[in-house]
Amino acid sequence: MISQVSETRPGAPSHATGPDFANWSCPLPLADYPEIVMGHGGGGKLGNELVEHLFLPAFRNAALENLGDAAVLDIGAGKLAMSTDSFVVQPLFFPGGSIGELAVNGTVNDLAVSGAVPKFLSASFILEEGFPLAQLAAIVESMAAAAAMAGVQIVTGDTKVVERGHGDGCYINTAGVGLQREGIAVGPHRAEPGDAVLVSGTIGDHGMAIMSVREGLEFESQIRSDCAALNGMIFLVLDAAGDAVHAMRDPTRGGLASTLNEIATASNVGIDIDEVALPVRLEVQSACELLGLDPVYVANEGKAVFFVAPEFADVVLSVLRAHPLGRDAARIGQVTSEHKRMLVARTAMGSNRVIPTQIGEQLPRIC
Amino acid sequence: MKYLTEFRNGEIAQRMAREIAQIATRPWKIMEVCGGQTHSIIKNGIDQMLPPGIEMIHGPGCPVCVTPLELIDKALAIAAQPGVIFCSFGDMLRVPGTEGDLFQVKGKGGDVRVVYSPLDAVDLAQKNPDKQVVFFGVGFETTAPANAMSVRAAKMRGLKNFSLLVSHVLVPPAIEAILQSPGNQVQGFLLAGHVCTVMGYWEYPPIAEQYHVPLVVTGFEPLDLLDGIRRAVIQLERGEARVENAYERIVYYAGNLEAQQLLARVFEVTDRAWRGIGVIPNSGWRLNAEYREFDAEQRFQISGIHTEESALCHAGDVLRGVIKPAQCPAFGKECTPRHPLGATMVSSEGACAAYFNYGRFMSAEELAGAGKGLAVTSHG
Repeated sequence: MISQVSETRPGAPSHATGPDFANWSCPLPLADYPEIVMGHGGGGKLGNELVEHLFLPAFRNAALENLGDAAVLDIGAGKLAMSTDSFVVQPLFFPGGSIGELAVNGTVNDLAVSGAVPKFLSASFILEEGFPLAQLAAIVESMAAAAAMAGVQIVTGDTKVVERGHGDGCYINTAGVGLQREGIAVGPHRAEPGDAVLVSGTIGDHGMAIMSVREGLEFESQIRSDCAALNGMIFLVLDAAGDAVHAMRDPTRGGLASTLNEIATASNVGIDIDEVALPVRLEVQSACELLGLDPVYVANEGKAVFFVAPEFADVVLSVLRAHPLGRDAARIGQVTSEHKRMLVARTAMGSNRVIPTQIGEQLPRIC
Repeated sequence: MKYLTEFRNGEIAQRMAREIAQIATRPWKIMEVCGGQTHSIIKNGIDQMLPPGIEMIHGPGCPVCVTPLELIDKALAIAAQPGVIFCSFGDMLRVPGTEGDLFQVKGKGGDVRVVYSPLDAVDLAQKNPDKQVVFFGVGFETTAPANAMSVRAAKMRGLKNFSLLVSHVLVPPAIEAILQSPGNQVQGFLLAGHVCTVMGYWEYPPIAEQYHVPLVVTGFEPLDLLDGIRRAVIQLERGEARVENAYERIVYYAGNLEAQQLLARVFEVTDRAWRGIGVIPNSGWRLNAEYREFDAEQRFQISGIHTEESALCHAGDVLRGVIKPAQCPAFGKECTPRHPLGATMVSSEGACAAYFNYGRFMSAEELAGAGKGLAVTSHG
């Protein structure tokens, strides 16, 4: 994963060992309040202390250091891509990641699948009164490490505190900007009949990792979230296939099925996939079976789906498989001019079934 | 045994389907009793693999679907009360009552929680002594032992704030009701494998004999289902009417005796209303006198409930196998998983939802066209 840093931003600080949560200690002025109090969002001294002793040291960069009302950025010429996302995951820490890493990687990935090179992020925190400062620090550290990995800078931010009972500990919003790559015009409306459909790895890991630690459902498993920044891998795919990449998406909430349905609708095409070709970890498949869930609907946080001209399918597949985040990449299907706006799977039995978009969350079945 | 692969072998499945086609000389109508089987049949396209004469009729074995509307309305009323923690399996949250569903009660401030075991609800009661914790105990014989266990645990722990809103239903009386109904077309049954895991299949030989109908205990994987169908067709072709076990790796004749003893200690047989079907005598369980104090219907005096089924919904005809979901005038129009008129459109085991989700709103020709030219077979 570290190789990504040098590929996308040679100057990024090294976090080879990752954030050290266990040995993190609260800088002295903050220790007066081991938990968040309303004053931390009040714009006074307490708020300033958070900035000076926590956010600034963790995210340090020239644009942020000015501590102005806005970060002033030099982005050069070209088209700007912008995206934003809010993060409300529970629990805040889960096997394979935390809300902090999700908040950075989620926005980085949204930019990357749009064909942009992510550059700068904002980070806004909505904290609940009483939230332990040590947990906030761990989250901030993980964001700093994730930003370094992805080669982006967090250049502006905000903190608000809500009364106890009015939040779920910590919510984070990130917005990001990136520079659109020249000659790349990916979009969900550009999938064409004949395109090969590729996925960069196993599906359902993030959603099942979260499920495994949800209150009332804890089950022992080795499942870890796939939370990762995909910009490095996507950069290499675009290098290799350029405009032959017609559409890219990171299948997060709603899983692979929702993403493929969205693209089928936006491009007014049909999509055929082969269920047998879908990469699913055995432990994810097993957990899904137990709970009556279908992995095609389970969230991912470190996977991308690619729609590429068929003659580039093998090239893209080999680029993906050579990358640490794409080792389990697979060609899972193709675009067709038939059954427009529908996703159809060939089952292991040789029959076909339509995979629709889910209405809401998947509901675990009774028996 | 590799449950995720061994019983899902596509080649063997095709071979079994061909075998069924060779055996069948006449059309036969076979009902799979359990909603889990319906789900698997539709998900795996088993019905598409069968010869045209073999028709699967989807039975009333989805607990979510047959729970009476009045009880759903009671659940909504109890869940909306302050000081109540209302626990349920996830399926039940979106089942429409007369006015809204449990999700909406939750949205308005009701403390509605999804649990994965009724024993979790007992723990919740212990941790929250100032709250009334209610578990929505629906289901067939399969889920009954865990619900029985929950009230026993509550009694042993001396908990006064735990209760069960219970609506258990039983398979054998439902099968008899179907066989007795005028215009019945079902000629053979796939018995619900998980119900038989608990109860065994000693209850069924008298039914086979009295109604001269083959009954095959059947599992849920594609090969299990095809084997169950194959055995039912063989019996039908030979004019036999026996109870057969095609789920031997899980089900024993006597069933799980310990579970049955527990059930006998906690429940007693009662008449039950089945949503869309009506009252079937002796077709359910309720808490017996010793455990009645844990009955949520006793603890919460709910009155003034106005229960009204949608006039457009034909779920009852679907549940009795009289029509297929797509033959209901409201199917896919007024009634979709997003705006379900009846429970059969809600649960993933409900026949209407299974039809809708797996594309049974498409014509056969459209489905046949789908998936053409798929060349990808290798695993990544």
